[in-house]
Parts: sequence; C-alpha cells; structure tokens
Amino acid sequence: MIEYLLKYGDKLGTALIEHLVLVSITLVISLFMAALLTLLAMRSRLISKLLVYTFSVVYSVPSLALFAILIPVTGLGKVTAIVVLVLYNQYLLLRNFIAGLNDVDASIIESAMGMGMTDTQILLKIRIPLSKRAIFTGIHLAIVSTIGIATIAASINAGGLGSILFDGLRTMNVNKIVWGSILAAGLAVSANYLLGKIEKAL
Amino acid sequence: MSNIAIQFSDVSKNYNDGDYNAVNHVNLTIEEGEFVTILGSSGCGKTTLLKMINRLVEPSGGTIELYGEDILDKDIVKLRRGIGYVIQQVGLFPHMTIAANISTVPKLMKWDSDKTEARVNDLLTLVGLDPEVFKLRYPSELSGGQQQRVGLARALAVDPKVMLLDEPFGAIDAITRMNLQEELMSIHKGLKKTFILVTHDINEAFKLGTKVIIMNEGSIRQYDTPMNIVKKPADDFVASLIASSRNQKLFWEVDEA
Repeated sequence: MIEYLLKYGDKLGTALIEHLVLVSITLVISLFMAALLTLLAMRSRLISKLLVYTFSVVYSVPSLALFAILIPVTGLGKVTAIVVLVLYNQYLLLRNFIAGLNDVDASIIESAMGMGMTDTQILLKIRIPLSKRAIFTGIHLAIVSTIGIATIAASINAGGLGSILFDGLRTMNVNKIVWGSILAAGLAVSANYLLGKIEKAL
Repeated sequence: MSNIAIQFSDVSKNYNDGDYNAVNHVNLTIEEGEFVTILGSSGCGKTTLLKMINRLVEPSGGTIELYGEDILDKDIVKLRRGIGYVIQQVGLFPHMTIAANISTVPKLMKWDSDKTEARVNDLLTLVGLDPEVFKLRYPSELSGGQQQRVGLARALAVDPKVMLLDEPFGAIDAITRMNLQEELMSIHKGLKKTFILVTHDINEAFKLGTKVIIMNEGSIRQYDTPMNIVKKPADDFVASLIASSRNQKLFWEVDEA
C-alpha cells in the first residue's frame, strides 16, 4: 500500500487537487448565487418560502439521478458536476442564511429602523454581523457535503478522488479502493473538524 | 405663541382591513417643548399613534405634520434621523460597544470622528454614565437601567427636535424607574425638545407630562395638563381612571395607619 503511494503518489495528488478545485469552484458559484437569492428572499416572505421549498425538493433528488437528468443538457464532465453541486448547496446555504438573518431580535431591527437606517444598512451593519454564526454553519455544511457528493461526480467523468475509487472498483484494485477512500473520507472529516473549530471561535 | 411641533388631522389606522380602527379619527396638536405623555391600557392605540410619527406605522387616513410639513412629503430616512426613538426593549445592538451604539447615526451622517467622540462623551455624561467606564463595554455587560440610559443617549445623538419614547421604563424595577423618570424630566427641561412618551402607568403619565393624553379604544378622551384632568375629568372613563388610582393610594395610607 505504501508502495502504491510512492509509485502513484503524483496520480493521487492530481486527483486530490482536481477534487479541491471542483469543490472550490462550486463553492464560489454557490455562495454568489445564494447571496443573490437571499437578497431576493429578504424582499418577501412568499419568495423566501418558495425558494427554500423548491431547493428542498431539488435537494431530495439523489445525486446520481440529478447527474443523469442533466447529462442531456450539459453533457458529461465537470460542468454538469458543478451545476448539480451548486443546486444542492442552495438548499443548505439559503435555509441557514434566511433563518439567521430573520432570527435577529425584532426590537433591534425596530430601533435600527426608527433611527433612520436604510434596509441595506440594516442588512450590512445589523443582520449580517448578528447572524454570522448561522451563515457560517450554512457554509460549513455546504463545504462538507460538496466534498462528499463531488466523489460521486467521478461517475460522469468530472475527475477528482472519486475517479480513483471508481477505477479501483472496476479493476478490483485494492490499493486504489483503499487510497481513494482514505483521501475522500479524510478530506471530508478534516474539513469538518477545521470548520467546526472556526465556527466555535465565531 | 409657541410653535406647533406635531399636528394630527383626522388620522386613523386600520390594521389588515379589520372592522375597527386602532386609531380612530384623531385630531391632535402638540406644541414645541411640551412633554406629552400618552396614557392608556394595552390595545388602546397609544403605541400606534406614536409610531405613526416616525412612520414605523403608516396611517390609513388623515395627515400628520411635523413643523408644518406633511411627513409623507419628507424622505423617510431623514425624517427618522430627525426624531429620537426609544423603546421598552431598548434594542441596543449587541455586537457593538456602547460608544458604537451611540455613534450609529452620527456615523451614518458622516460626522468626523472627533466630533462624534466628543458627542458620545457628552451624552453618556448627560444620562449619568461615566464615559471612561462605559464607552468600551458591550450592552450585555450593563444592567437594564443602564441599557435604557444608553438607549436614551443613542436616541439623542444627532440632537433631534422630537423624542418618541414607547414605554421606556416598562421593564425596569421601581426604584431605578423613579430615578430615570427624574432624570428624563431634567433632560427635557435642559434641552427644550418635544418629548412624547407612551405609558400605561397613570402615575408615570401624570408625573412626567406637562400635558397628558388619555386614550381609549383608539380615541383621545382627554388632552390637557395633569392638573386640569384631575380637576375636571372630561368623561366617565377618565373619571374612573383617576378614581382607581386614588383607591390605590388609599390602600397605602390605610396600611400606614
């Protein structure tokens, strides 16, 4: 096993980097989209409910099925993977963002309004700082879930650690199976641990 | 003749198209420099009446003028920055220091930092808190009474001509409340501002008010000086209110004897 690591270390490294790139791109797009949708959701309770409900339905679809649905549209590869991962993240991010922002004590919002703060000022100076923990919890969940689901994305040629695992399963190569699993699980577990630490410090 | 600060003309408020008005065709003139207290039981429309002045509640009908100008014609943000607002729950920003809380509006109005800092010191002194002790503390480190002092300082920050106070001492213990009432009266005397304070406590209303508004079921039953209301209650409702307060006092006198 160590032999395999020494011999194919660069291959494992490439897969790990591919995985991290996939997760990073997904995260940037997810956050951008979730921020815009949250702004929209803050405008009305109806829009907010509708968005959370819609993405909860999307979230409930198994990832393999969602990949399959999108292949005719965006083809095999990274693009489809990113689209699916971004869609999944919207539920995790929106739910936490909206809940956090709306959870700020009503009397604090009322006094801010009464002082003549605009909606944007209330959002930036009051709501966001006071809900940073909920916002970070959403991001935390999204990162860990993306690392996990991105492994499955290898099944549609998106690369990453999943490709080592799938290769190993296909060729019954124990080394690949073990190293693929260790890296995929290790990445998710260590990310979860690190993010948990940060969350506590907030 | 004194200036008119606030004028309500035939103002009503109906929530959610219900079949009764929370505020019912109110006409009211408040002169500059008065300390007006609005007294009534919960649900009588007193808070609604107050919140219509800074447009946290929009009237369903009628007009409200602030120094002769219809408040609907003013920019809502500018209107609110010109009116101090204090609420029972205080609503201090928990993630900001006391100094940052008080300087919120000065900062929004881009005051320079020296002027803002001097103002924070002055205001804390005015409300009886030592600036050096309290400036850098957070709201959670203060008692309820101290928090409301800060709430008052924050509302006074940019020197508004009108102060709206919605049961500011409602959640504060009796002894601290007495002190705060005294200080509020002396602040009012010193600043020559128009204060409007909502309360359900008849003693507070009559102690603080240069004029008292007595409200019931969305209407003003009497609006006069405390002395005149006691001497000449306008109707049975006001008379029974005063009688009930007298009975309470009687209880203490019997107890002492």
